[in-house]
Amino acid sequence: MSSSKDSPKSGLSRRDFLRAGGAAATSVTGLAGATLETQAQPGQPPASHIPVLGPGPAKISLNVNGREMSTAVEPRVTLLDALRNYLDVTGCKRVCDRGTCGACTVMLEGKPVYSCSMLAVEAQGKAIRTAESLVDGGKLDPVPEKFVQFDAQQCGFCTPGFVVAMRAVLDRNPKATPEDVEQGLQGNICRCGTYEQMRDAIYSLCNRPRRS
Amino acid sequence: MKDIDYAAPKTLAEAVALLDGKGDRARVLAGGTDLIVQVREGRRDIDVMVDVKRIPDLTRLTVDANGLRIGAATPCCDIYEHPEVKKSYPGLVDAAFLIGGIQIQSRASLGGNLCNSSPAGDAIPALIALGAVCVIAGPKGERELPVESFCVSPGRNALARGELLAAIKISAPRTGSGAAYLRFIPRNEMDIAVVGVGVSVVLDAAKSKVVAARIGLGAVAPTPLLVKDAADALVGTTADDAAVENAASLAQAAAKPISDMRGDADYRKHLVAVLVKRTLAIALERARKS
Ligand SMILES: Cc1cc2nc3c(=O)[nH]c(=O)nc-3n(C[C@H](O)[C@H](O)[C@H](O)COP(=O)(O)OP(=O)(O)OC[C@H]3O[C@@H](n4cnc5c(N)ncnc54)[C@H](O)[C@@H]3O)c2cc1C
Ligand code: FES
Ligand code: FES
Repeated sequence: MSSSKDSPKSGLSRRDFLRAGGAAATSVTGLAGATLETQAQPGQPPASHIPVLGPGPAKISLNVNGREMSTAVEPRVTLLDALRNYLDVTGCKRVCDRGTCGACTVMLEGKPVYSCSMLAVEAQGKAIRTAESLVDGGKLDPVPEKFVQFDAQQCGFCTPGFVVAMRAVLDRNPKATPEDVEQGLQGNICRCGTYEQMRDAIYSLCNRPRRS
Repeated sequence: MKDIDYAAPKTLAEAVALLDGKGDRARVLAGGTDLIVQVREGRRDIDVMVDVKRIPDLTRLTVDANGLRIGAATPCCDIYEHPEVKKSYPGLVDAAFLIGGIQIQSRASLGGNLCNSSPAGDAIPALIALGAVCVIAGPKGERELPVESFCVSPGRNALARGELLAAIKISAPRTGSGAAYLRFIPRNEMDIAVVGVGVSVVLDAAKSKVVAARIGLGAVAPTPLLVKDAADALVGTTADDAAVENAASLAQAAAKPISDMRGDADYRKHLVAVLVKRTLAIALERARKS
């Protein structure tokens, strides 16, 4: 996704410019905004009563780490880009931007998801948790704490995704075994290859001795 | 990503009206694990995404004495974590559990797997083996279609303008039945099936003879296949070595794979026989223990 409106800082897009004659250039379409002009089918509600967002920005409110945050995004903006570029929640990282690396992992209602592979508008009304939630007044959650202890990162770019995915496994099953935790990390990749140190962290988190 | 509109109807009728109005400029958005990547990469050109996850029925899973009904947009993790499904539909759990990693499973749905209509979609051969039925909603009301008739060519399926997949239905397993799904991939996880095989069997009261069987194959033809003669060849046998060999070679004969980066046609044919035997062994073991 390299289009200009992935970020609000990129100024007027060509599209906005073309539209500037109309009112759409900077207007915000609320939930009850524009609608599709479709033919009503017999026995069916006219489609024109169904709210449709876009393609211009729509006001949305997201619950991020327990805080309600509002912004306006075009429907095509992913949750990842909304968090990073519109709300300045930058823990989640953009690496592959196509649902394969896990760097963008956040929890949605407690479930780990790739924030690059869903739309921000889809996440309205759901509790979103990012890596930022794993520190409380300077005190680290045990997952990142073990990462520090065992030196489980090198460049650290994958780390926020890994720690969120691990926290999700442990929240669902506090008695998770190291195998359970690893099962929950199939969707995360570390380019620097710090898997061995991560394993040390995982065994320690699960209170298991690690055979060498 | 190109500009899109987004709608999140709350009823099936609204979704159908939207899809009917926009035709192929609109696409259903379920988990988005295929669709969002495709639109972003410019592989699919659409104007509207119709998010069906706010329609309660589409993410509802119900199990009763008659069987299982899974709303088409229900994510895989809700399927394999469901205690009743775990117990009675292990062949489906096998497939739901190996689609992607946990982040994908939190979103990806069976409906998306079917409607993406990839020849290698993992859920499809598993559903074929289980005799699953697609419940399709459209401008003319509801219709049902067996899963094996749903995909028509790579990326294409039986849905007509205005139609969407509402649910997948599977009859309750008969006593003495067992099912399984296995795929072959060159890695341990997170890859696309080189071959996938779903099998279900029903054993007689003595748990010795096969009274019914179904075999589904993935990634060996333009669409996932039901290989009826291979499955029928097991019926009446005790699934002894000779019968299993026979079923495996009939399945192999039905496979018409292509050669691509994941494996050449001969290799895929070889894998069909190997996987049919392995999957069948698991299904039989589950049937004996049921
Ligand atoms: C990292 C990664 C790993 C993956 N691993 C696997 C794997 O191991 N095995 C596998 O089979 N697949 C895999 N996939 C592909 C994908 O996750 C699955 O196909 C998934 O089941 C799609 O479901 P979805 O709900 O996300 O579909 P979506 O992306 O929402 O939709 C897919 C397509 O189906 C249409 N559609 C969806 N629901 C409906 C409906 N109810 N009615 C009509 N049309 C509908 C959409 O318009 C779209 O064209 C993987 C994808 C990624 C990104
Ligand atoms: S950035 Fe989302 S999975 Fe890689
Ligand atoms: S520490 Fe560099 S990618 Fe994992």
